[in-house]
Amino acid sequence: MALISEQFPVVFQSLNIGFLQTLKLFFVTLLGALPLGLIISFGSMTKFKPVQWLTRFIVWVVRGTPLMIQLLIIYYFPGLVMHNTIWGGGEDGRFIAACVAFIFNYACYFSEIYRGGIQSIPVGQDEAGLVLGMTKSQIFFKVKLLQMIKRIVPPISNEIITLVKDTSLARIIALQELIWAGQAFLKGSHGISGAIWPLFFTAVYYLAFTGILTVLLGRLEKKLEYFR
Amino acid sequence: MAVLKVENIEKSFENTLVLKDISFELPEGQALAIIGSSGSGKTTLLRCLNFLETPDRGRIIVKDEVIFEADDPSTQLEKDVRRKRLHFGLVFQNFNLFPQYTALQNVMLAQQLLAKERDDYKTNRRQIEKEIEEKSIALLEKMNLGDRAGHYPHQLSGGQQQRVAIARALALEPDILCFDEPTSALDPELTGEVLKVIRELAEEHMTMIIVTHEMAFARDVADNIIFMDEGIIAEQGPAKEIIDNPQTERLKAFLSV
Repeated sequence: MALISEQFPVVFQSLNIGFLQTLKLFFVTLLGALPLGLIISFGSMTKFKPVQWLTRFIVWVVRGTPLMIQLLIIYYFPGLVMHNTIWGGGEDGRFIAACVAFIFNYACYFSEIYRGGIQSIPVGQDEAGLVLGMTKSQIFFKVKLLQMIKRIVPPISNEIITLVKDTSLARIIALQELIWAGQAFLKGSHGISGAIWPLFFTAVYYLAFTGILTVLLGRLEKKLEYFR
Repeated sequence: MAVLKVENIEKSFENTLVLKDISFELPEGQALAIIGSSGSGKTTLLRCLNFLETPDRGRIIVKDEVIFEADDPSTQLEKDVRRKRLHFGLVFQNFNLFPQYTALQNVMLAQQLLAKERDDYKTNRRQIEKEIEEKSIALLEKMNLGDRAGHYPHQLSGGQQQRVAIARALALEPDILCFDEPTSALDPELTGEVLKVIRELAEEHMTMIIVTHEMAFARDVADNIIFMDEGIIAEQGPAKEIIDNPQTERLKAFLSV
């Protein structure tokens, strides 16, 4: 145990750097996927059939294959086919590729949650707005949006919590996130090798971060309880 | 003078004809009740008047303006429909209040959105907003809901919600206020308070079309009654005659149920 306490400061610093990369991936994914999901949900609800079919096909493929495979394909495929990776080299290139894969994957999941939320609002809300002379966009933004948000907060919270842990999949393309940083001490890093406890210790970061998110999302849910 | 003329309206869904050659006139200041069994086309007729359905045939004329003519696409332009809808108000069976807004906000919302389109909105903004609020409070008070202005729909009884919905419709000052079975979703003890305010509106000579299953109420409050059966107007006339002295076998059977 004395050994761990000696190793701890070095490990802690290294894990923090990895966790920073994890956080970056997490927030960039949310920032991209939340609005992109809304656009995809409109695509899957449009009355224009070709767009609807194409959108639903894409959503099926993205939700039907492992995110890990998507990461590998998006990162390596351009390089293998065009013999010139479009992502650029090094950690920055890996980060961009990971963001693209995560945003696309999560947008597809979000889109289905949005679709469920929008379609669950009774048609009477639209009709009440229409007979009061509102435009379709007024009805969406002034009447339906908040009702939709209220309905989708619980399922979206679920996805957000899952996303925290899914960021670890970016390890597969060697993105230097938290798991990568923990695993490095097995093979040897900063003069420490053969230590598996840093990898186990990464769980504490995930747990703490999801804990904070659970509290924040719970507050949002509570805030929206003023109406039914 | 007839404020509303409906001429030869027809409407079918899939291949079922639900409205067949419907024609009637509604003089200003009168209340018209539409009765008939479920599926007779009453609600579809109201929805056609409010542009929630598009008739396949016929004309709708409000104050001598042809607001809808099935054969003339220029009367059906999307951009005009919004303005034309405002000739009518519609009170729904299920109220359809906006749950995230208080009673007062429900009454004000559409007025505020329409006010933003006024040319003088930017310069007189405060004055306009104040007038809307005062008018809305007055309407809620008229509905005996003065003390409920700050309540959200889920905090109100069904009867109170429906009265908020009536205030919301009245706020836009429609030429014709339509009610689609306004008490059908209410417990019997709450029906009375809603019928009372509709009766008061009739006494003030608000022009109204009321689809209802309350026969005694229709007889009392309406000037005329239309009895619909399988998509046609089977019988129409002064309210008391229709109820007290039905001519057709269908109406006799309907009233004796």
